[in-house]
Amino acid sequence: MAQAILLGLVQLLRGLRTTLEISAVVLVAGTVLGLVTGLALEYGNLVVRLLARAYVDTVRGIPVLVLIFACYFGLPVFGLKLSSFQAGITALSVFAAAHIAEIVRGGISSIPRAQTDGAMAIGLGFWQRLRLVILPLAIRRMLPPWVNAAVEIVKGSALLSLLGVVELLLAMQNVVGYTFIVLPFYALTALLYFAVNFTISRTAALLERRFAYLRY
Amino acid sequence: MSAYHYNWFLAWQSFPRFYWGLALGLELAALSLLIGSVIGAFGAFGRTFGPGWLRAGIVAYVEFLRNVPLLLLVYFAFYGLPKAGITIFNNVWSFVIALSVYSGAYLTEVFRAGVSSVPTAYTEAGKAIGLTAWQRTFLITLPVTFRIILPSLSNTFISLFKDTSLASVLAVPELTYAADWLNVNTFRTIEAWTFATVMYLCAGYAIALALRRIERRYAVIR
Repeated sequence: MAQAILLGLVQLLRGLRTTLEISAVVLVAGTVLGLVTGLALEYGNLVVRLLARAYVDTVRGIPVLVLIFACYFGLPVFGLKLSSFQAGITALSVFAAAHIAEIVRGGISSIPRAQTDGAMAIGLGFWQRLRLVILPLAIRRMLPPWVNAAVEIVKGSALLSLLGVVELLLAMQNVVGYTFIVLPFYALTALLYFAVNFTISRTAALLERRFAYLRY
Repeated sequence: MSAYHYNWFLAWQSFPRFYWGLALGLELAALSLLIGSVIGAFGAFGRTFGPGWLRAGIVAYVEFLRNVPLLLLVYFAFYGLPKAGITIFNNVWSFVIALSVYSGAYLTEVFRAGVSSVPTAYTEAGKAIGLTAWQRTFLITLPVTFRIILPSLSNTFISLFKDTSLASVLAVPELTYAADWLNVNTFRTIEAWTFATVMYLCAGYAIALALRRIERRYAVIR
């Protein structure tokens, strides 16, 4: 029995590693895609803006679970053969990107128009304005909600257990399945999730306080 | 691609399943919002006016629940609680309990922000005309809080509605379960998930529009 429990603990830690891997990949992919979409929302021409808006509002308007199932079952119909791990990561990235796009758009649009005007007046081009003036200011506004989005991603990764990806939650179910020790393993799993997410959300709160003095 | 044949009519035939799924999802969300609001109101008052140990306990509850995946709570309510000797809940009620406790954590924060933004002049005026502490709470603080937090409440309702999709893992026949059922039993994958997506979007949009009207009706006049 002791051996089974020990094995269970090892499996939980492996699951935690998978959860962290999924979250990291999704955070990177979601940030890149979200940044592009956010810029499209703010600076695109009418067609680009409408497309980006439709994408963001659709994804934010449906449950993540529906998005995950739609990717898992739907993408193979269009000839995309994805493993459950890949399908899950795709769905979560699409989901994260929509949320991060809104964060990016909000951050950029909170920068006063005068900054852009000033940058234009000294003759900076669009990308220069973005790189040298707007983004350095906007990133301080975007950072706290972006870190909070990471919490949502870690929580969302638990849904991939429904596709059979052995991350922390499914690892726990497996361990409970053969040790029949229910409550302690539930508590331990909850604590592991809490440890990860609490660290992230504390960081967000810290960043928020760090940048609270900024007025522009 | 080539092997897939669209059959929208087949999907349309199971529309009642989707429709009732949507209705059940809304019911679950409304019930959870109601119970969560009660938890949230008590939590906020305890957090603002309670003794130190109560405040610490409420902070722990809020932080813990906000940093744990909802699916874990749903499993815990359904598989874990019976192991702890609580066997009174079926799948629907386990889900409602899980979602209520989860939303209670978020709503505690919402109510706290609301309570702390009620102008002190209001309660002072209440004191001046001789209202007791309970009367001030129920006649002044709560009604004003409610008006202030109404927009947050409607946002919470919409996000709870989306969270009800998790009830499908306990075989509660709501909208996601209907789509999954159609997908698994007829292999009309695209139709099933398109239906679910469109219905979630329409319902979410309709609710948002309706709630905006209510918000405007009850907006605080300053």
